[in-house]
Amino acid sequence: MARTIIPFGPQHPVLPEPLHLKLVCEDEIVKEAIPALGYVHRGLEKLAEIRDFNQMIQVVERVCGICSMLHSQCYCQGIEEMMGVEIPERAKYLRTVWSELHRMHSHLLWLGLFADAFGFESLFMQFWRIRERIMDLNEATAGSRVIVSVNVVGGVRQDLTPEQCSWILTEVAQAGKEIKAIQSTMLSDYTVCKRTKGVAALTKEQAYELGAAGPTLRASGVAQDMRQLKYAAFDKIDFEPVVEYDGDCYARGVVRFREALQSIDIIRAAISGMPQGDISVPVKGNPEGEIITRVEQPRGECMYYMKGNGTKFLERVRIRTPTFANVPPLIAFMPGLELADVPVAVLSIDPCISCTER
Amino acid sequence: MLKKFIDNSRAKSPWIMHFDCGSCNGCDIEVLACLTPMYDVERFGVVNVGNPKHADVLLVTGTVNPRNAKVLRNIYDQMPDPKGVIAIGACGLSGGIFRECYNVLGGIDKVIPVDIYVPGCPAKPEAIIDGVVAALAKFEGLKG
Repeated sequence: MARTIIPFGPQHPVLPEPLHLKLVCEDEIVKEAIPALGYVHRGLEKLAEIRDFNQMIQVVERVCGICSMLHSQCYCQGIEEMMGVEIPERAKYLRTVWSELHRMHSHLLWLGLFADAFGFESLFMQFWRIRERIMDLNEATAGSRVIVSVNVVGGVRQDLTPEQCSWILTEVAQAGKEIKAIQSTMLSDYTVCKRTKGVAALTKEQAYELGAAGPTLRASGVAQDMRQLKYAAFDKIDFEPVVEYDGDCYARGVVRFREALQSIDIIRAAISGMPQGDISVPVKGNPEGEIITRVEQPRGECMYYMKGNGTKFLERVRIRTPTFANVPPLIAFMPGLELADVPVAVLSIDPCISCTER
Repeated sequence: MLKKFIDNSRAKSPWIMHFDCGSCNGCDIEVLACLTPMYDVERFGVVNVGNPKHADVLLVTGTVNPRNAKVLRNIYDQMPDPKGVIAIGACGLSGGIFRECYNVLGGIDKVIPVDIYVPGCPAKPEAIIDGVVAALAKFEGLKG
C-alpha cells in the first residue's frame, strides 16, 4: 500500500510548543514517526561562560517556564554541594513547598491539555480554573505567577509568614476538593476511557529499556521517583511513588492525577513540619570541582552536570531533561496508532520541548 | 455591504492565533491562561484558532532562531490582510535573557513587522489582554 508522509507540527492547535513529527502513514495507520527537533534551541548552556554562577540561576529558571522552580532548585543544590554549603532546614522545607506547588500546577495544566487533545473542552476549562488557585498562591508568596525565582545559592529569597502558610493550606485543600469533584469525569467517563485506554501502551520492560522517565515510567509499573533520593526536605517527609501498571495513555493520566493530589499531602506535611530559623546562609568563594545532581520534575528525572574551575564562571553546565528521555518511548509506541490518536499519544508523555532543546 | 460587515466584526471579535517561537513556555501558558475561566477573553469575542488562514491577530512568544524564523515567516504570510502581530515577553521583544546565545537572532521584529509589544518575563495575562485590545486599534480605522 502507498505510504504518505503527514507533517505534525511545528505549529499545531493541540501543541503549545513547536514539536515536529513526520508521520509515515499507510491509510490511517501510522507506520513510523520521525521527530525533527531544533525549533526552540537557544544554546543557553553556553551562557555559563558569560554569566557568573549567581546570574546563571536566572538563566536556568528559563530553561522551561513550567518547571522553573525545579530547574533552579537542582542547579542550586549542585552548586551548594560543590561549595560545601549546608543550607538551613527551613530553606529546605520552603523549597519543598514551592516545588510541590509547581508540580501541582504543571500536572493540572497537563490534565487540561490532555482533555483538550481528545476534544473534551469543558474538562480542560475545569482543570485550568482549579490551576488558577495555585498561580495565585505563587504570585502572593513569591511575587510572580510562573517563574517564582525564589532560589539562591545558600537558601531561598522569600519567607512564608504563618498567615501565608495557613492560606496556602486552605487554598490547596479547596483545590483538592475541586479536583476530587471532577475525578469521576476524568477517570471513569465513557468517552475518556474510550479514547485513552489501550492507546500507546508501553510494557514495563520496554519502558525500562528505552529509558523512560517520570510519570511515563511509573505508569508502566516501575516505582522510580527521584524524590526517593531524599533531597530538600524529602528525608523527613514520607511519600510513596504513584504507580500504575497498564502503561497506556489512561494510566499516564491516572498517575498525574494522583500525583497532583499527593502533592497536596506533601505541602501539608512540609508546612506542618517546617522549623523556625534562617532562610539562607551567606556564601563565600567560587565553585570548584564536578557535580551531578538530580531532582524529580513534574515530567520526570532532571539531571544537572556542572564543572567549576575556581572562578566565578562555571566551565560547563549540562542539563538532561525528562522529555529527552521520553522521546525514544514516544517513537516506539507510535507505530500502529490511528492518525486521530496521535495528539493524545504525543501529549501523554507531557512533551516539554523548551526543556529538551534548551 | 458584506465588506462593511466583516470590517466591523473584525474589530469586535478578533480571531487570534498563538505561535511559540522558541520561548520557555512561561508566556505560552499565560496566553493559554487568558482563554480559561479566570480571564476568559472569549467574553470579549476573542476566539483562539489553530489555522493561520482564519486568524486576524498573531500572538508570538519567544526568541527567533534560524530554524523557526522560516516557520514564523510562513505563518505570517498565510494570514490574510489586514493582520496584527503582537510580540509577547522579553524574549519576543529583544531576545531577553537569551539575546547573547549563539542560536538566537533576536526579537520577533527581526523577521516580521510587529504592531504591539507586550513586555514581561513572563507577561501577565492582564498585559496580554491589554495588548490584544491595543492591536484592535488597527482594525478600528477600517470600520465603515
